[in-house]
Amino acid sequence: MINLDSISTRPKMNVTSSHLSRENHWDHFLARVGYQRNQHRVEPGLYAIGNPTSSSPVFVSANYTLSFDALRSNLVGVDGYILVLDTQGINVWCAAGKKTFGTEEIVIRIAATRLAQVVSQRVLILPQLGAPGVSAHQVKQRTGFKVEYGPVRAEDLPEYLRTHTATPAMRQVNFSLRDRFTLIPMDLIHLILPTLLVALVFYFLLGGLIPALAVLAVTISGTTLFPILLPWLPSHNFSTKGFFLGFLTALPFGFSVFFMHPTWTWYHQTGLALGYLLAMPAVIAFICLNFTGSSTFTSRTGVRREMFACIPAMAWSFGAGLIMTIVFAFVR
Amino acid sequence: MFDAYAVNTLTYHEDACNGCAMCVAVCPHSVFEMQDRKAQLIRPSACMECGACQLNCVTGAIAVESGVGCASAMLWAALRGKTEAECNCG
Repeated sequence: MINLDSISTRPKMNVTSSHLSRENHWDHFLARVGYQRNQHRVEPGLYAIGNPTSSSPVFVSANYTLSFDALRSNLVGVDGYILVLDTQGINVWCAAGKKTFGTEEIVIRIAATRLAQVVSQRVLILPQLGAPGVSAHQVKQRTGFKVEYGPVRAEDLPEYLRTHTATPAMRQVNFSLRDRFTLIPMDLIHLILPTLLVALVFYFLLGGLIPALAVLAVTISGTTLFPILLPWLPSHNFSTKGFFLGFLTALPFGFSVFFMHPTWTWYHQTGLALGYLLAMPAVIAFICLNFTGSSTFTSRTGVRREMFACIPAMAWSFGAGLIMTIVFAFVR
Repeated sequence: MFDAYAVNTLTYHEDACNGCAMCVAVCPHSVFEMQDRKAQLIRPSACMECGACQLNCVTGAIAVESGVGCASAMLWAALRGKTEAECNCG
């Protein structure tokens, strides 16, 4: 027989605050360097912040610590509720793309937390970047809650809560130098091991320090210089920007041939220099192309067009450069 | 010079617009603007095909083929023989 008393009529209400502890900051650091990338999670459900009443606002967030903490740390002095969706540890925007931050999950989570009984008001404040996964009119139809899209950035919430209108600046996604800096560790750490391995192979098999340094330069240029210089590199495509940056990175290596091997014939020197100038930009352009997913503005159509147009060029350039490097490093 | 991002799949039928301004609210790149109670496409080439406007347009005035603008996801999909790219960042 089912013991009816054991079934709680009120679902669990978690309590949180706007304060970020030392553990929270450490967790953010680990998330930024990609350590256990999928495990920076908050338990989905309803959270009370401050001393909310039944008329207090409800904010919706993802169960990724960086998302949840960005929201709550900007609710200083605000009494309200946070409805945390199960986005499987993914941030709001990416989860919206996968629809885990989506209409269906909101409907389920409202039912599971019995939100309609906790609050008497019928407005949900969503981060604007949740919109690619959420259909506001469908949520309204299915739950009675009106979806209000707040600002893109949680730091604009205090002002938004005063006026309940988001200015065009609050609606606009940026990709500031600071944003781009934050992404560097992830890509760098991702590539550092294969880079060191290839550098070692080059060091022992391809004639020493300069080829090995060239490998390191490729990774540093593609993962570090590219995000920093992104808006200032010429052209619109990430690949052509990458080729340009790659050419600049390869130039010193190309010139180094003439200083390192003054006794070689001119065609040996030029051949090896061309090897650097063809192979390095190709790999750097490829790393840069892969940064499209980290950026905040590339469309699927554009990336696809860019891939079809530029990957063959990268392959030819890399192939020719590698062959020249090997040929002119060994054939005397 | 070749610009891969000069074209996209966003289409908008002004006749169907009811003036709710939801597209203006959800667009992260200010592609739409309200003029005389109708949404206007003011920066179509800034569209990143996230699909938020289409999903939140109650009259179906907006259509866009949304998807991830991520080369790495598309390459993974191609390598695994899938036609639809999915985020695999985690």
